[in-house]
Amino acid sequence: MGSIDQYIDLYLRHRAAFEQDAPEAMNSLRKRALEAIGHNALPEKGAEGYEKTSLEEMFAPDFGVNVNRVAVSADLAASFRCDVPNMSTLLGVCVNDTFYPTKGLQRLPEGVVFASMRTAAQEIPHIFDAYYGTLATLTRPEVALNTLLAQDGVVIYVPDGVTLEQPLQLVNIFSTPAPVLGVRRMLIVLGRGASAQLLVCDHTQPAAKECLSSQVIEIALGADARFEYYDIEESSESTSRVSSLFARQSKGSNLLVNGMTLTCGKTRNDYSIDIDGEGCDTTLAGMAIGTGTMHTDNSSVVRHLAPHCGSRQLFKYVLDDNATGAFEGSILVTPKAPFTEAYQSNKNVLASPTAKMHTRPQLEIYNDDVKCSHGATTGQLDKESLFYMRTRGIPEQEAKNMLMQAFMTDVIDTVRMESLRDRLKHLVEKRLAGAEAMCGECKATCHKVDEDGRD
Amino acid sequence: MKEDILLRVDDLKASIDGKQILKGINLTVRPGEVHAIMGPNGSGKSTLSEVLAGNPAFTVDGGKVDFHGVDLLALSPEDRSHEGLFLSFQYPVEIPGVSMVNFMRAALNAKRKYLNEEPLSATEFLKLMRQKREIVELDNKLASRSVNEGFSGGEKKRNEIFQMAMLEPRLSILDETDSGLDIDALRIVAGGVNLLKTSDNATIVITHYQRLLDYIKPDFVHVLYKGRIVKTGGPELALELEEKGYDWIKEEVDNK
Repeated sequence: MGSIDQYIDLYLRHRAAFEQDAPEAMNSLRKRALEAIGHNALPEKGAEGYEKTSLEEMFAPDFGVNVNRVAVSADLAASFRCDVPNMSTLLGVCVNDTFYPTKGLQRLPEGVVFASMRTAAQEIPHIFDAYYGTLATLTRPEVALNTLLAQDGVVIYVPDGVTLEQPLQLVNIFSTPAPVLGVRRMLIVLGRGASAQLLVCDHTQPAAKECLSSQVIEIALGADARFEYYDIEESSESTSRVSSLFARQSKGSNLLVNGMTLTCGKTRNDYSIDIDGEGCDTTLAGMAIGTGTMHTDNSSVVRHLAPHCGSRQLFKYVLDDNATGAFEGSILVTPKAPFTEAYQSNKNVLASPTAKMHTRPQLEIYNDDVKCSHGATTGQLDKESLFYMRTRGIPEQEAKNMLMQAFMTDVIDTVRMESLRDRLKHLVEKRLAGAEAMCGECKATCHKVDEDGRD
Repeated sequence: MKEDILLRVDDLKASIDGKQILKGINLTVRPGEVHAIMGPNGSGKSTLSEVLAGNPAFTVDGGKVDFHGVDLLALSPEDRSHEGLFLSFQYPVEIPGVSMVNFMRAALNAKRKYLNEEPLSATEFLKLMRQKREIVELDNKLASRSVNEGFSGGEKKRNEIFQMAMLEPRLSILDETDSGLDIDALRIVAGGVNLLKTSDNATIVITHYQRLLDYIKPDFVHVLYKGRIVKTGGPELALELEEKGYDWIKEEVDNK
């Protein structure tokens, strides 16, 4: 019996509770999810595409699921705040897997939705029903399991032609006295010519027990839409996450996804991006800073399905102590996609003799008129640079930290918001200097949000 | 010139990858002095500078180095710097992503910490940067870039002397500072070195050619060959080497 069965049992025993108050689009998809899982188990280490990460093991603990939607106190939800200096965001908070809007969201422009799925399914049913579950493929058991169990989630919708000046921010927090599985789900739809930025921060309250986040994110971009998705994971050693992001781009759209793993237990991120219209631009970037026994695994597929599009993938890891990392990335250029420019790069630094990195860059091209490249390097910090810095009096550890920080510069530079870039530089610097990685000064209790949700 | 000794190298032997390069170096430098170390390629000139600066790639096989009363070889490279040793590299490395400002601030504040001094304020630091930049006519644009990244050969060498000016060392070792410099850059670099010279500090100039010594006048000239200093003289020795080359010295030594 695989670890997935305990969750299927749970669902079958409490079907009514799972489906109560959930939108019809979610409920109707559960049957298909169940069929898709069939007798499949979650992938184990060594399975194709999961060389170094066993999802079977990650889901094995006896996690609780908040089947009956027991509410966390709203005060708790409101007490979290991840500050980015000089950046005022429209904030939503997700505690375990329940979404809490802040009062600041009342300032959302007309027609823009940033709400729970239950709310969004009522406010914009035509959008919710048309997109929910249409991008995520149920062929992967972890995605099907999320679809089976998700009772709520977060929807972001920006109508045609609307530009959101203020960035959106979603803070995911685990706060739990018992081991819990957070079933997180997100649907993001940008209309034609719409534009938005989203910062997602993952945290775990220090006192929280073992947590696993199962998350599925679907992003649909209309023609000429622009979307930036920043994802900073700063959870805890006892927090694991299995995340699958699916994006589909219509013609002329611009997508930036940047995933930064600063602290976690085990993390598996899957990125699947379909470039499905002419003249799209895609940037997929990521970094991992691993210490202790942290494990970070990123897997990507960027599919070029239309001509004249450009994509860049850049993933960088710094691994210290006994940390491990994995990267499997691929670019697929179909026959329908002449004049593609697609690049992929994975660079890694092993800062200790016991850290390990597995990398496998892949390129599949079914077309002659393309410019593509891919590559991976894994090495140590440059000895000559290190010596040079030490001769100037910079202590060895500080020099190493500066070099590691420098190594991450180009990943941080993909961030288009200056204030966030500065914040990230600071966070990465702190993280490399060995500090517990938490946004700003906040640790146990992040900054309070005042009455109207402003800083 | 003062009588006290700044640097005393005593029978220094060092190797890399099991191959001995320095086979017993003896050298004494007093405050206020300029020493030139010359010699044919492969004689160990750069190795001597790297070993004195503490490059972990080299193994010290024997000998002692006393640096104003401190056992130099027992110190980490960073502490050697704090104690007042500076090496101007023949090939300064480019460090993309590390800005000159952060690099210099980290260096200076580490030294101040070592000396139990408060870190400089941002204003004081930037003012100091500006002052010292002028000594080698280093463009402000270079100071705001990553360390040596995209610098020309001449700019890299000027940047070395700029760092020397910032750190105010007691002993500077200039390793082939003239290589890759045109005559104007050479004049600026040498001018900077001369400006920083006091009766308390000293300079070791490692060079292959007499050219640099027209600008930085040595008090002593040493010839390094096969890992040993085989000849020592005054400035006239450099002129003689310029005229006659190294072959006569090689013969003298090899036929001994």
